[in-house]
Amino acid sequence: MSRTITVFKRELAGYFATPVAYVFIVVFLLFTGITTFNVGNFYERGQADLMSFFFFHPWLYLFLIPAISMRLWSEERSSGTIELLMTLPISTTQAVFGKFLAAWCFAGIALALTFPVWVTVNVLGEPDNGVIVASYLGSFLMAGAYLAIGSLISSLTRNQVIAFVLSALGCAVLVAAGSDWVLNLVRSVFPEWVAQTVASFSVQAHFDQITKGIIDLRDLVYFGTLLVACLAANAVTLNASKAD
Amino acid sequence: MIEIQHLTKRFGALTAVDDVSFDVARGEVLGFLGPNGAGKSTTMKMVTGFLDPTSGTAKVCGHDVVSDPIGAQRKIGYLPEGAPLYGDMTPRGLLKFVAEARGIPASQRAAAIDRAVSRVHIEEVLNRRIDTLSKGYKRRVGLAQAIVHDPEVLILDEPTDGLDPNQKHDVRELIREMSRDKVIVLSTHILEEVAAVCSRAIIIARGKLRFDGTPADLQAMDPAHGAVSLTIGQAPGTTEALGESLSAIDGVARVEPLDAANGVASFRLYPAEGANVFGPLSALAHERGWEVDHLAVEDGRLDEVFRTVTAGDARS
Repeated sequence: MSRTITVFKRELAGYFATPVAYVFIVVFLLFTGITTFNVGNFYERGQADLMSFFFFHPWLYLFLIPAISMRLWSEERSSGTIELLMTLPISTTQAVFGKFLAAWCFAGIALALTFPVWVTVNVLGEPDNGVIVASYLGSFLMAGAYLAIGSLISSLTRNQVIAFVLSALGCAVLVAAGSDWVLNLVRSVFPEWVAQTVASFSVQAHFDQITKGIIDLRDLVYFGTLLVACLAANAVTLNASKAD
Repeated sequence: MIEIQHLTKRFGALTAVDDVSFDVARGEVLGFLGPNGAGKSTTMKMVTGFLDPTSGTAKVCGHDVVSDPIGAQRKIGYLPEGAPLYGDMTPRGLLKFVAEARGIPASQRAAAIDRAVSRVHIEEVLNRRIDTLSKGYKRRVGLAQAIVHDPEVLILDEPTDGLDPNQKHDVRELIREMSRDKVIVLSTHILEEVAAVCSRAIIIARGKLRFDGTPADLQAMDPAHGAVSLTIGQAPGTTEALGESLSAIDGVARVEPLDAANGVASFRLYPAEGANVFGPLSALAHERGWEVDHLAVEDGRLDEVFRTVTAGDARS
């Protein structure tokens, strides 16, 4: 556990050692702001809630989260520091988990810095703050799931651009699995239960549930399973191919 | 402290390390020699637990690197090839991270870091980004992280590569200083380094162990070892005539004329088994009144032996 924290601290400090962290946070806030106010018509809707804020998160995260996760392992591989890290008395699991937690914590910091929209909606009206807290939790869980996918893909290549593109693609598949046109396409070929199964893999459906303020165990299990499965696969691929 | 038995590593069809076995005991400084791509780094990567062997075992202080890698890694300080470091950190930050990862208790960390820092002389760059440091400093930061926990086993992959002669000297001094209570394994392709710091040398080529002995044994393998070289200025007479009179000396098995130019003649005299030719030769030179520029018994040249031992190795 203490070794996980050691890796976590180094990795998190690494984000802030370069301007990358600050650039990312600014871009993150800019995009969440634009989607909330310009695309989501926050004011025009005249509702005291953050639906227009959270609605776009599954799509925004498609390119914002892989930007965080792409460097996790690709950079270690390309600079050779993976040999330094993996010959310290730290297990692969501790290294994978420590790095993932640092990335997740960084995403959490960026997400937390969107608090002015929460303040705004409380000033303008009387929103259901329980729903908002649940939505933040859902958004954070979704970021974690995306990061786990990104971390896994990052461990497979030493090229950060490839890691970014493939992670975005992987997450896009998970989001799109719940969209109508994908489901209709599936329905036209397969029976309904196949379509239902595909839909149940979609991040969108689970996230939508949580943003309604319903924290269902099934949704938590979904995100938890996705996260743990990806990180476990990450450790396996790393052990098999760290020296390539 | 290091026991390696039948260690083999295959990458697809390529056998990088082929059935290598050797032990290293405390106090030994083992020089690991071989052409590039011979399997030196691969062997080191297996001993440090970075690569799993295809077959065979490696134990460090009794810990098997496959079944108990963490136990083995605790005992090892390792400088990987090229000294990879986190460029966005400062040497101080990096050493703190490594000290923590190595499990040095918080109360002893600062002292451990100070000791490592003063040993490799990086005080003045401690707070600069590693990216901005010169190659020599980077290599020394790499060494500092390898010794911060005062390991029993030190594995250094080309520790002096890319350093200037002063820095090379410093690193060799450091290795000599630390060798008393540790096991040190270092790879190099600088042969003088082996003679300078190592108590034992191993040559591997094409993944196979080709030589295991002291640097002096290695030198003795040169056919020129023990031969006497002679250079005469203002040579009296032809090279052939001189060669004949040299061959006539008792105990000389063979005379090899080296280069002859500007009236200077050079020869190498190979003595017969157990014979001493140095005395009779200097007596002859004195008697004939030759102007001797150089007269010495040769130690044997390591690079000659290295080429012979690794001959047939086409891989570069």
